[in-house]
Amino acid sequence: MDGKVFPHRHAEPRIGDRPGEAAGRPRLTPVFPRFRMVWWQFLLAPSLGAIILVLWEILARSGVYASFILPAPTDVVERWWSLASDGSLMRHGAVTLREVLSGLLIGLTAAFWLGYLIAKNRIAAYTLTPYLVALQAIPIVAIAPLLIIWFGSGIASKVIICALIVFFPALVNTIIGMRNIAPELRDLMHALEATPLQTFWHLELPAALPILLGGLKVSATLSVIGAVVGEFVSASEGLGYLINFGRGTYDTALVIAAVYTLSTLALTLYGLASLLEYILLDWQR
Amino acid sequence: MPNDTILAAEDISHTYTGPGGDLPTLESVTLELSRESFVCLVGPSGCGKSTLLRILAGLLRPTTGQVRLEAQPITQPQRRIGIVFQKANLMPWRTVYSNLSLPLELARMPASEQEERTTAMLELTGLTGFADVYPAALSGGMAQRVAIGRALIHDPEVLLLDEPFGQLDALTREQMSGELLRIWARHRKTVLMVTHSIPEAVLLADRVLVMSPRPGRIICDLPVPLPRPRSLDLLHRPDFVALTERLRRSIHPA
Ligand SMILES: Nc1ncnc2c1ncn2[C@@H]1O[C@H](COP(=O)(O)OP(=O)(O)O)[C@@H](O)[C@H]1O
Ligand SMILES: [Mg+2]
Repeated sequence: MDGKVFPHRHAEPRIGDRPGEAAGRPRLTPVFPRFRMVWWQFLLAPSLGAIILVLWEILARSGVYASFILPAPTDVVERWWSLASDGSLMRHGAVTLREVLSGLLIGLTAAFWLGYLIAKNRIAAYTLTPYLVALQAIPIVAIAPLLIIWFGSGIASKVIICALIVFFPALVNTIIGMRNIAPELRDLMHALEATPLQTFWHLELPAALPILLGGLKVSATLSVIGAVVGEFVSASEGLGYLINFGRGTYDTALVIAAVYTLSTLALTLYGLASLLEYILLDWQR
Repeated sequence: MPNDTILAAEDISHTYTGPGGDLPTLESVTLELSRESFVCLVGPSGCGKSTLLRILAGLLRPTTGQVRLEAQPITQPQRRIGIVFQKANLMPWRTVYSNLSLPLELARMPASEQEERTTAMLELTGLTGFADVYPAALSGGMAQRVAIGRALIHDPEVLLLDEPFGQLDALTREQMSGELLRIWARHRKTVLMVTHSIPEAVLLADRVLVMSPRPGRIICDLPVPLPRPRSLDLLHRPDFVALTERLRRSIHPA
């Protein structure tokens, strides 16, 4: 790999070429510099993390900051462990997870079918697009209180917030995915007298799948944000509620422990979406 | 319409209408394809060959005139007509095997018969070792063989080929012509093939039709009385060369 060069395929100057470059001459600098593989390269990132944790511990223990401002990492671990062992982490985590997954399911389903309709039907596209664009311009955080008023401070309002937050990116992805399908493949299905259902199942869905699954990774993390936003506004359970509660009682270790759990949740969902992509898109490898 | 005619275009004209104005592409094209004949269509690029093929396949409506398959007018695509495009047009998420079997799946053929036919088609197209390969890993020639196999697998009576070897290099192209001759000898279909190559047309066809520049009309209908079975050896015979010369002159008069 070392020293491999990637000359440009096209010799013509293109938009975005750097001004100094002579047109027509292939650029012989690597697009991505590659490094030689060494066995200890995987230790580098963990080492940095360990150093930061040690410095944080020293700073917190030195007494410069009160523990409700900067609790030591060991305090956070202890707090996390106490929450985990008395079951409250599980309980609050489960609530947030339920909101996140229900919101994802509803938001993605709605976005997919509406996107499909808009991509296929011109009347639907012209009628709905202005409203969808306008709706997208509203910051979800700003309407969260409204949704709480309308749907109560229980799980329903959070599910709706999650659904709304994943809806627009997924909608755009679906439309792009459907419109990117090669017209020649549509002709082929047409020539083979495929029914609309067959065209959907054998052409439209698989052709759009890469874009849909790429969007799912983004949506999964967005959905976690949606749940926390909702729980911040008003809730009696959930990891967002736990963060709010910790802040109110100056239990900063609790805040950090809950944030840690939330990001682990988001990362896990991202990982699952990546795994799904890996399994379903084996033909791209 | 003579009795052995299977597909006929009757006085077809076509105009693309768009915001930039109208573009007449075909002007009273009449042609008849006899059953099991191999006809090639040549003409300058942009003269409306692809448009004509799409109309014959039922993918596009002519502005005036009509297409008949046997006696029935064609208003929409028919499984009895297979079509191969310039690009192999394979589904990248399907293996060679399941790209080939797609038409059978869509026709809801019983699984055992699907398997039998697909295996036979893999063999006919020389792709047996590539059944589980995805299209991304195929060469241009192999991909086009899959496309031809896919068009043949459900046994359509008419095969329309739109410059199927247009994107291949000269050597592969010649080899593919040979393969097509071999396949056609086994599965006698009615074939209409658009090509850019005059020698290719003469090598393959019983008849070569020549189209004028846009709007396309058929300006020459040249029979090719060379004996069959043919092979690439034909390329050097004097009567072959004489026919290519005649064809060349009819395309570029003066
Ligand atoms: N969908 C379309 N809309 C408008 N014009 C088209 C369309 N497809 C082809 N054309 C134009 O029609 C003419 C004939 O095209 P085509 O049948 O593809 O020619 P050929 O296959 O002989 O090269 C060309 O000038 C082309 O630009
Ligand atoms: Mg063409």
